[in-house]
Amino acid sequence: MTAEQIVFLIVALVTLGSAFMVVTTRNLIHAALWLVATLFGVAVVYALLNAGFLAVVQVVVYIGAIAILFIFAVMLTRKDARDSGPQTHKNWWVGALLAVASYLGLSALVLGWSGSSKAAAGLPSGFDAVGQLGEALTSPNAYVLPFEVASVLLLAALVGAVYVAFNRK
Amino acid sequence: MDWTFWLEWVLKGFVLCLVLLTGFAYLTYYERRALARMQNRIGPNRAGPQGLLQPIADAVKLFFKEELTPARAYKIVFFLAPIVTVVPSLIIAAVIPWGTSFQLFGRTITLYVADINVGVLYLMSIASIAVYGIVLAGWSSNNKYAMLGGMRSSAQMISYELALGLSFVTAILLANSMRMIDIVNAQSSWWFVVIQPVGALIFWIATLAEVNRAPFDMPEAEQELTAGYHAEYSGMKFALFFMAEYQKMIVICAILATLFFGGYLGPFVDKFWFLGPVYMFAKVFILLFFMIWVRATWPRIRYDRLMSFGWKVLVPLALAVVFITATGILLAQELNNQLYFWAIPFVSIVAAGIAVMMIYRELRRKAYERA
Repeated sequence: MTAEQIVFLIVALVTLGSAFMVVTTRNLIHAALWLVATLFGVAVVYALLNAGFLAVVQVVVYIGAIAILFIFAVMLTRKDARDSGPQTHKNWWVGALLAVASYLGLSALVLGWSGSSKAAAGLPSGFDAVGQLGEALTSPNAYVLPFEVASVLLLAALVGAVYVAFNRK
Repeated sequence: MDWTFWLEWVLKGFVLCLVLLTGFAYLTYYERRALARMQNRIGPNRAGPQGLLQPIADAVKLFFKEELTPARAYKIVFFLAPIVTVVPSLIIAAVIPWGTSFQLFGRTITLYVADINVGVLYLMSIASIAVYGIVLAGWSSNNKYAMLGGMRSSAQMISYELALGLSFVTAILLANSMRMIDIVNAQSSWWFVVIQPVGALIFWIATLAEVNRAPFDMPEAEQELTAGYHAEYSGMKFALFFMAEYQKMIVICAILATLFFGGYLGPFVDKFWFLGPVYMFAKVFILLFFMIWVRATWPRIRYDRLMSFGWKVLVPLALAVVFITATGILLAQELNNQLYFWAIPFVSIVAAGIAVMMIYRELRRKAYERA
């Protein structure tokens, strides 16, 4: 086992462990903090994959913006951050079944792919990952359409949020 | 990857932390002395020659202060919050270059801890983590004033982060890179503050709000707002918040110097490597003086005005400035005419002037309505 694999295993364990804590802990603020730990673990996985840009964006967007909004919402709406209701839904086995099915499906896909057992080739020196990503997102031959559709969707959500919150006199 | 490589990293990180911690202690002294001069007082001058031992006396005092934990506080989070505030203020400095490099024992030692290709984004991400300490401190104190203070400060930081990010974008556009070293080297002929003065100004205002400094220092408003998120903290835990604030001041001045004031560049820096840290120190020192000056002269801004200034003035202005910069660079490139490039500062200043005019008219209108 290489050092990289050991680091990956530790990070994966921490990520999964904190993800487990998110759904089992009773205190909502603690759940939000465990979620932050989970998202951080994902960022570390990105960094291990040589995707520094994605790792940093993960921290900015998910930890710096989305998780903090969760904490705001919990703090502003609940007097008691402790949840006393049942922690499982009566249809929990359907969810478990779906999770196992998607895990098996993904495993089958990855194991069936010939590249899954090969080590990743190192990036050539001077490779401008950020520039390549930016060009891929704005070039009409690549992903400009999905990118623009996603941004229009976000704009619509923003307008919708303002409309819902707007106080009509 | 031999062991000397790791040793170099650990040593550099250690030295950086040490510099920041000492810098924090003497920044408090510097601030008190400079403020005192501006207010026609003397300031601390009793401990040691010229009061130079004052920070040490302060530290000793804080160690022996009683530390209270409120009975109904959320203990773990209450304990964690100061740590979560201090750590980002230290690790954010990792990507700032303090100089070029020098030879020691046949190795090239560079004067920065990490050189990552998304350095500017790293700064953004660490700045966004810093909000957690404040939110959690306010919430875990189990005190409504502390919680409202935490909400206030974090809402302020999140709002001004947008303008801050957009002013980063102007520097990235001008340097055509997100790596801090490239940004410094791109300023070898002209500092970016000359090409984009409005971007530097927006950065300056937004960072004052980010580090909760005057005139945006709501947590200091004991009389009218019952202080802020640290109302329940005392002793060393309080000192940690204080430390984070001052370290952030130093780091943010270093970032401003790197992005807009040429970083470690200066005359003869390519011949003598040790001049790099000296220039950097001088620039940070001068910028810190401006921060203290602002604190001495400006009254605190009201909270609702702070928020509307951030959202209605700074963010649109920053967007306009980014647009102007990008257009100028593109036109200069496509039409092969440097005139367009040099139009950037003038058009930006005109945009800033329009923004100031609009604030002025708005305030006049409000005064008229009240009368």
